[in-house]
This record gives sequence, structure tokens and C-alpha cells, in this order.
Amino acid sequence: MAGKKEEMKKALLLLGCPEVPVQTGIALYLASSLKNAGLAVFAAGTDTALDLLKISDPKGCYLDPEKLIPLDTCIEALAEKRMDFDFCSVFVHNDAGLSYLATIPSISNAKLLAIIFGKDPEVLAGQIGFTCEKLIARSVHNPNPLKRKIDDAIPEVERWAASN
Amino acid sequence: MGCIELMEYEILLADSTYKEGREFIRRNIKTVYEVEPGYKLFDVYLIGISPIFIGVEDGYVIFPYIKPCHGTFIVKIKDGEEIGRLIKTKRVG
Repeated sequence: MAGKKEEMKKALLLLGCPEVPVQTGIALYLASSLKNAGLAVFAAGTDTALDLLKISDPKGCYLDPEKLIPLDTCIEALAEKRMDFDFCSVFVHNDAGLSYLATIPSISNAKLLAIIFGKDPEVLAGQIGFTCEKLIARSVHNPNPLKRKIDDAIPEVERWAASN
Repeated sequence: MGCIELMEYEILLADSTYKEGREFIRRNIKTVYEVEPGYKLFDVYLIGISPIFIGVEDGYVIFPYIKPCHGTFIVKIKDGEEIGRLIKTKRVG
């Protein structure tokens, strides 16, 4: 059993500012989907973003509290090559989110998925100057547009997770 | 900002977009170097869209600092050691 766990692919959810209501719910939904796909799921974010996850998932059903990483600690560990992930999903709903997204390819070898949401996701998506997979949905209070995009994308992630 | 908060710093531009911050450095600082995201400056690893511009002026380092909820800040900090490392990177201005 321990050997099997060591072989699990690792996924990171890199959260943005938690000011957009759907972020926490979608992060837990995606964590659940990735966990079901056989990945070990971690999340990094500001203290408040992580507190929202902890309070929303008090028993750690979707995200293990030990797999929640302060944002700066995570960036430092990735940049110093002390840690890496197989899959990284970056939550982008503002300009700062674009900067975090653009940083990941420089410090990680993870398969990258941008989750772009908020009021003007198409405008944000248009500013991404490099190739990466994107889920784009105008989603602020209502998580369903983003949930549907995730549901559509998960089968491909499952196939990828099962490969190699 | 971690250790940077304990240093003597000046904020030259606040709550801007990354693009505005980069343009600010390019237009206002004579000596500019470019580095990749993840470059370590003081105790932080720089976040941003490649290439990240870092200005050097009168013994000060001028660079973008991103906060997830507040956008891009252009920060100015006096330091000689970091400049010594920067001049080994690519100069673009």
C-alpha cells in the first residue's frame, strides 16, 4: 500500500486571491475529481485562501490539511527544486493570477492547466502569451459554468493520470 | 513580503498590473536587466511574465513584487550584492 502511494502522481492547485466566491468551492470540487482520478492533491494559496479550504472541508475529505502549503513556501520549494508536481492547476481571475500562471513553467515541469474565471475571463485568457491548457468560464458567484468545464476536462486528466 | 518587509524599501508604483509595472521600469530606469520568473532577489523568488525587468540605479534595485490580492508593486531597495549578481544577467537597457 505504501509503495502504491509513492507512485501516485501529484497535483497542485495554485489558488489566487479568494475574493471571487467560486474559487473555494471549485477548488474542493477539482480536488475531489483529481483525487478520484488517482492523484495526490496539494493546494497552495494565501493564508486566507487556505483557511477557507480548511473551514469548508473540516475533516479533510477532499484536501488533506497536511497538503495545504502557504503560497510563498510553495513557490520557494518549486524554485529551489525541492518539490515538484506532475500536474498544476492555476486559478486565475486577476492580473496577479496571470503572473503566477506564467511563473510555473519556469520553476516546474508540471502539466499545466489554467482555470480562468471571474467577470472577464476571456480578456485574461487573451493575455496569456504561452501555450497551456485552459478552462475558461465567466463564473463569479455561480460555480456551475466552471464545474461543467471541469467535468468535461476530467476524463482527459484521468487518461493522463493512468498513463506511464 | 517576508524579509523584504524588514528592509528599508520604497514603493514606486502600487496596485498596478504586471504590464504597467514592467513598462514603468523600462521607461523610468536607465539600466535594466532581464531575468526569468523564479529568479531569487533578496529572499524572494520573483513572480511574473517572462522576461522580468529589474532596474538598477544609484545602488538601488528596482523590481516588481506581486501580491495575489493587490497586484503588482514596483519596489526600490538599496543593495550592492544583488546588483553584483544582476550585472551577470542580460542587460536590456
